[in-house]
Amino acid sequence: MKHDMVTITIDGRKTSVPVGTTILAAAQQMGIHIPVLCHHPKLTVTGACRVCIVEIGGQPVTSCTAVAEEGMEVTTASPYIEGLRRDIVDLILSDHPYDCMVCERAGDCELQELAYKYSIRQPVFQGERRIYTKRDGNPFIERDMEKCILCGRCVKVCDEVQGVGAIDYAYKGFETKICPPFERDLDCEFCGQCIAVCPTGALVSKPSLGKGRKRNVNTVETVCPYCGCGCNITYDVVKNEVIRARSRQDTINEGWLCVKGKFGFSFINSPDRLTTPLIRKDGKLVPAGWDEALDLIGERLRKIRAADGPDAIAGLSSARCTNEENYLFQKLMRAGVGTNNVDHCARY
Amino acid sequence: MANDSIEIKVCLGTSGSAAGGEEVLRLFKHHVQEQGVEARVGRRCSPSKVGCRGFCSKDVLVDVILDGSKTTYQLVTPNMVERIVLEHVIDGKPIAEWTVKEEYASFHAKQHKIVLGPCGEIDPESIDDYIAMRGYRAARKAITQMKPEEVIGQVITSGLRGRGGSGFGTGEKWRVCRGAPGDVKYAVCNIGEVNRPLAEGNPHAIIEGLLVGGYAIGAAKGFLYIRERYHRSVERLSIALEQARERGFVGRNIFGTGFDFEMEFSFGTEAFICGEETALMESIEGKRAMPRVRPPFPAYAGLWGRPTVINNAETFSNIPLIIGMGGEWFSKIGTATSKGTKVFTLSGKVRNNGLVEIPMGMPFREIVYGIGGGIEGDKTLKGIQVGGPSGGIIPTSMLDMGLDYEHLARVGSIVGSGGMVVFDEDDCIVNVAKFYLEFLQRESCGKCVPCRIGTKRMSELLTKITEGKGEENDLRTMERLAGVMATTSLCGLGRTAPNPFLTSFNHFRDEYLAHIREKKCPAGVCTALITFSVLAEKCKACGLCKRACPAGAITGAPKQPHVIDPEKCVKCGACYRACKFKAIKKA
Ligand SMILES: Cc1cc2nc3c(=O)[nH]c(=O)nc-3n(C[C@H](O)[C@H](O)[C@H](O)COP(=O)(O)O)c2cc1C
Ligand code: SF4
Ligand code: SF4
Ligand code: SF4
Repeated sequence: MKHDMVTITIDGRKTSVPVGTTILAAAQQMGIHIPVLCHHPKLTVTGACRVCIVEIGGQPVTSCTAVAEEGMEVTTASPYIEGLRRDIVDLILSDHPYDCMVCERAGDCELQELAYKYSIRQPVFQGERRIYTKRDGNPFIERDMEKCILCGRCVKVCDEVQGVGAIDYAYKGFETKICPPFERDLDCEFCGQCIAVCPTGALVSKPSLGKGRKRNVNTVETVCPYCGCGCNITYDVVKNEVIRARSRQDTINEGWLCVKGKFGFSFINSPDRLTTPLIRKDGKLVPAGWDEALDLIGERLRKIRAADGPDAIAGLSSARCTNEENYLFQKLMRAGVGTNNVDHCARY
Repeated sequence: MANDSIEIKVCLGTSGSAAGGEEVLRLFKHHVQEQGVEARVGRRCSPSKVGCRGFCSKDVLVDVILDGSKTTYQLVTPNMVERIVLEHVIDGKPIAEWTVKEEYASFHAKQHKIVLGPCGEIDPESIDDYIAMRGYRAARKAITQMKPEEVIGQVITSGLRGRGGSGFGTGEKWRVCRGAPGDVKYAVCNIGEVNRPLAEGNPHAIIEGLLVGGYAIGAAKGFLYIRERYHRSVERLSIALEQARERGFVGRNIFGTGFDFEMEFSFGTEAFICGEETALMESIEGKRAMPRVRPPFPAYAGLWGRPTVINNAETFSNIPLIIGMGGEWFSKIGTATSKGTKVFTLSGKVRNNGLVEIPMGMPFREIVYGIGGGIEGDKTLKGIQVGGPSGGIIPTSMLDMGLDYEHLARVGSIVGSGGMVVFDEDDCIVNVAKFYLEFLQRESCGKCVPCRIGTKRMSELLTKITEGKGEENDLRTMERLAGVMATTSLCGLGRTAPNPFLTSFNHFRDEYLAHIREKKCPAGVCTALITFSVLAEKCKACGLCKRACPAGAITGAPKQPHVIDPEKCVKCGACYRACKFKAIKKA
């Protein structure tokens, strides 16, 4: 046995993991599924939902916090543990609006999956439910705090990943709620990371509302067209229309996008979008083919250079082009036209 | 102070002040000066303030110490002061009708005041008073003559366990923290609600204890964590800290040994969870007080990720005694596994309400009947809630059980941080459990599911029972819920939250069933389950009840037994209290 490894037994199977590995991580590596609601692989440990409990030495312990120790014997799904898990999910559901039928996240909701797994149609524990009015005026994020299970992922992603800290817990006890300071409307960077990590329908993208749920969409893996960074992006597409942008954790983007990638895709289907070159003829812009347009540009550039010299020409390129495209453009200006008059909109 | 001086000590603890102690003290000073007492009797006389001495129901309490004999006056009001000065202080004749009665002696007789000893004796704002009582000698001894390991050894020998609730061995905790890797370590004193009398009555003991703790674990910085709202405690501790700093007990190069130790306040808001040690650390770091996951434990990674020891203010107050008198001495007080004493606020239906300190292991009977003087109005004792809101209810049948960590754990309760509430036959046990669950629900930090939603569901079910809508199945649901909360909650609050229900249900099952099956509240508390009616044979038709009723629910002609209209009755009980002939029946 290596010095920095410990050997533990999970559900009767032995495994060796590095010192400091949590039971949850060790189980995941072995392909053993333990349900979680607050844990997120990119965020620090929270320990709030308690559904990842496992049995260690007869005691229920949260596997997201328990660290593997030499010789530990872990049972991930004894009847006792499954009973406790079921009751925890039951408690969450007892304070949850039963409106999966109209929820944006139906079919893609981590809570719904657990309700299904434990077959909880009506909670055993019943009582008052939190009632809030939705009133966010921002154009991007729909916050339905009645569906919030207080997993804390949004608070953590906003703080730990985005470094913004736009939201946090407020109030105590049953009234505890995640909100912006003083319960004002959300006014932040609108990166949408919080939507990406929310396990339920509490946070959803406003531009996508009502346009299609998981089972109705086709997903397309592509590169974000918004800027030259080239983020990996996943589009949910319905009838050839992009309705939602996401980032998968197993891509170079690790699940994160910015406000533009996340919400800025309506231009794709906008009627204002230019899809062919336009040439002004007799004072009017008329659609033209690419060859015609490029010929015209080449001809006019040559004429200007002959008449007034290369420095009469300047080129401005776009941050939405890739590095390679921008490289070629400056090459065209410097080597082709022969001027150093070239700039870029993101150069300030 | 010189032996022949006259001492006048006015209680200015929270209760003493609330009863008007400040004014009483001012008048004592005023009259002593105006009457020229010092000149007339040829002795020094300076009235001073002291902290709480526990017998709060009779505040303001004033001691006059003359020729070595102490007379204690109770319920002193400003207009009594002049006569005390004239007749007692000047003429030497105590005013017998104003002095404390026999109960004051019995209240104190069974107590064992080592931690509270100086409270009520010394002026808490005077470091000289504290030093005169061997103050800071323990710190000097520890820091100048003992190695940190020896200090920890003495604390381990003493058997001292945490007084803040968990009951973890203090010396052991220090040993682990001292051994934890890291140059920067912190010591934190957790000053909770029940520690206020200590902070107000003997603040230097807390500071000295924290100083010794800091030295033992190798910390250079200590925090006094306290709710901002405890103004008097904060003020006394600030004065004490300033004085200690002036004398060089806090700061750089303490006792010339090169040991540096700084102390600063950190203020919490009014939330119960701020007392939980990991939430407390979040709070000191400027975040919302929500418990952290464990591991890592604070002794390894606490404040700002550094090894940290957190102890209760009472725990720290014991330290100067242990170092001064020796761990061996301390370990002789109490039981085999619960050493020393415990401070409690005794309240509820007991005759002598107040602050008490008992040796660990004292039977509840002695606490309630000996120190507490029995139940008010000679009613029947029903139970005792120990350990704060999430403690358990001890029934009368267990009165002979000793108060210590083991016994309380065995009956599903905790020593807690020191609350003790006595209930009598007029208290409804379901209502009591509901009260505590509602408190815990409001105070849950909201982080984890079993506590946040569990406490809500449990208080709802208890409410349902008190409203007469309970079903037997609800009891099974609550037991199941209690199991989930106790085993899966993140911190102690959620884990102990079911205690008030579980212990009361365990010991008072019949009372629960009466609410559910017979729709009756045996104690006559749950308004939905009681009816008021006139016992015709006892009614003298005096009309008192009719006049007392705010709802106009009572009718009756002269010489005719009166009648209560149950439709109109709002169950306020005004008639029940008004009737002189016990002709109103509450059932
Ligand atoms: C909800 C909750 C509230 C607590 N409140 C206090 C408190 O007010 N004062 C205190 O000293 N300990 C309190 N504790 C216990 C602390 O977490 C911690 O165990 C204690 O301060 C350690 O000190 P000790 O070992 O000296 O007891 C509380 C614990 C819980 C779970
Ligand atoms: S959109 Fe981004 S910045 Fe705004 S709250 Fe969510 S995570 Fe924070
Ligand atoms: S809004 Fe979503 S991510 Fe945030 S705490 Fe609620 S359930 Fe979790
Ligand atoms: S048990 Fe209660 S107080 Fe403790 S972390 Fe959970 S919700 Fe917060």
